[in-house]
Amino acid sequence: MRLARRTQASPTAYVFLLVVLLASAFPLWWSFVIGSKDSAAIVRDPYSFVPGGHFFENAATVVTTVPFWKALGNSIFVSSTVALLVVLFSALAGFAFAKLRFRGRSGLLVFVIATMAVPTQLGIVPLFIVMSKLGWIGSVWAVILPSAVSAFGVFWMTQYLQEALPDELIEASRVDGASTLRTFWSVALPAARPGAAMLGLFTFIATWTNFFWPFIILDPGNPTLPVALQQLQAAYFVDYSLVLNGVVLMALPLIVLFVFAGKQLVSGIMQGAVKG
Amino acid sequence: MTVQSPAQPPGTSPGRPRTAGVDPAGQTAPDFVRRSPVGPRPTWRRRLTKLDEKASPYAYVSPFFILFAVVGLFPLLYTAWVSLHKWSLIGGQGNFVGLKNYTDVLAQPYFWNALKNTISIFLLSSVPQIILALLIAAALDSGLRARTFWRMGVLLPYVVAPVAVALIFSDLFGDRFGLVNHLLGLVGIDPVQWHKEVVPSHLAIATMVNFRWTGYNALIFLAAMQAIPRDYYEAAMIDGAGRVRTFFSITIPQLRATIIFVVITSTIGGLQIFDEPRMYDQYGLGGADRQWQTLTIYLYQLGWTQKNFGRAAAVAWMLFLVVVLFAVVNYFVTRRIASKGQR
Repeated sequence: MRLARRTQASPTAYVFLLVVLLASAFPLWWSFVIGSKDSAAIVRDPYSFVPGGHFFENAATVVTTVPFWKALGNSIFVSSTVALLVVLFSALAGFAFAKLRFRGRSGLLVFVIATMAVPTQLGIVPLFIVMSKLGWIGSVWAVILPSAVSAFGVFWMTQYLQEALPDELIEASRVDGASTLRTFWSVALPAARPGAAMLGLFTFIATWTNFFWPFIILDPGNPTLPVALQQLQAAYFVDYSLVLNGVVLMALPLIVLFVFAGKQLVSGIMQGAVKG
Repeated sequence: MTVQSPAQPPGTSPGRPRTAGVDPAGQTAPDFVRRSPVGPRPTWRRRLTKLDEKASPYAYVSPFFILFAVVGLFPLLYTAWVSLHKWSLIGGQGNFVGLKNYTDVLAQPYFWNALKNTISIFLLSSVPQIILALLIAAALDSGLRARTFWRMGVLLPYVVAPVAVALIFSDLFGDRFGLVNHLLGLVGIDPVQWHKEVVPSHLAIATMVNFRWTGYNALIFLAAMQAIPRDYYEAAMIDGAGRVRTFFSITIPQLRATIIFVVITSTIGGLQIFDEPRMYDQYGLGGADRQWQTLTIYLYQLGWTQKNFGRAAAVAWMLFLVVVLFAVVNYFVTRRIASKGQR
């Protein structure tokens, strides 16, 4: 029974949340305001909240200063590939952990859970050495490979499949003579779809916004969007109209994604999606 | 009659978002081994099926473990090896030097400065963030109209990359013409040197972190709050407890596991902070006098500017130890704070 407690929110709650909402949205609005002015207008009236009329002009400068289209293409390719690989590997492992029986299963699963807390980012020095041995420095594959594995993803898919996929279905498929791979493909994967979609969405966002490792490993001519943004800052730090125009351009794809998938993100977090 | 039954797909437990303590291995899997298929004689096909059932689970988990070994575990362990050698970005491996890289780094004032900055930024971002997130969650949990709208609203900053957040706030916190100083001026406060002084720069960077993560954590807390049995509150209200009282003596203690979880994850992430301080000015050194240079920026400088991989690896290992130490300390501190209300 979950009635009674508070059927109606108090006005204080609304006012408080309104303030939070404004604080969440304002910085984005502000970067649009600044990014749409020319620098003369900013000097004249630095504190006006009204956008100017130079957005596209500034954008044209931004996309020629840094390899914007290249970066956009790279970000789309890297984020999609990573999301796809993480989902595939996690669903496979999750299927085995949740529904198959094998020696060492619980031990391995404990290992997966323990590695969720390990800050693997601190292995960058050897990772760089490995990539240079492979001749992958500057290649987007050097960004993709280390992100293609997620202990959290495995844990998440294991839990999801445990609950979403009845054992009877597996058993039925087995009795029908299907191999385990066949069972995975035509029974487990369809059942895993909602959980897999959520995992893919969060992985996509985390990869899209990732900066540290791409910044180290990628060449200036072949960046992802956050790396390109750093180049833009290096070129135009004093001219915020261009820097913040770039911020808007680069934030836009994920904001569009947010408009369509924000609801899924909210429920994903509430079901236990994880940072990073 | 339920105004706010949360839309949850079957079988999720919002009360325990991704706590590592829940061990799914404890549950049973279908028994493939015991039940033998029909037929008295092992045919070729049956043997194949048996092999499939025995071997394929390992094949399915192996992509994860192989890849993790190559890009996660090996680099982390190999960091220790590199840290014991003279090792240059260009020249590669040199002589074994024992702990010299560590003693060299520990003798550098820059290391201690970076450690201090990292901890200061971490505290300024995590403590207010968790308090604020709890308050937002409580407000979101209070039977709002247009629930989804508010929930999405607080999550908006999450989709903005830290690099972009850093650039926006670097402008807002401009020393001369920044909006924050302008607003402070309207209420008669002198301009703050956000990019020159130590504490103000830490505040500005902490604000970026809080901007991006507060709403996210609020949703985690919200999920946990909705799992608290409502009759706890009813009983407390009958006893005459007000909202504030029930918040502290029911909500907070019930959220203990979740709060611990959020604190631990933000410890692991927060102590490795790089993007925001790196982008706070265009030089990326963490300030002209390293006012906001964090350990990860220091690590990057040692490795890729000074090309001294040996020392960079030593810093990485020490940062690793700091992360572990803080995670453990925070675990105990949070556990104590969060359980106080129960007594």
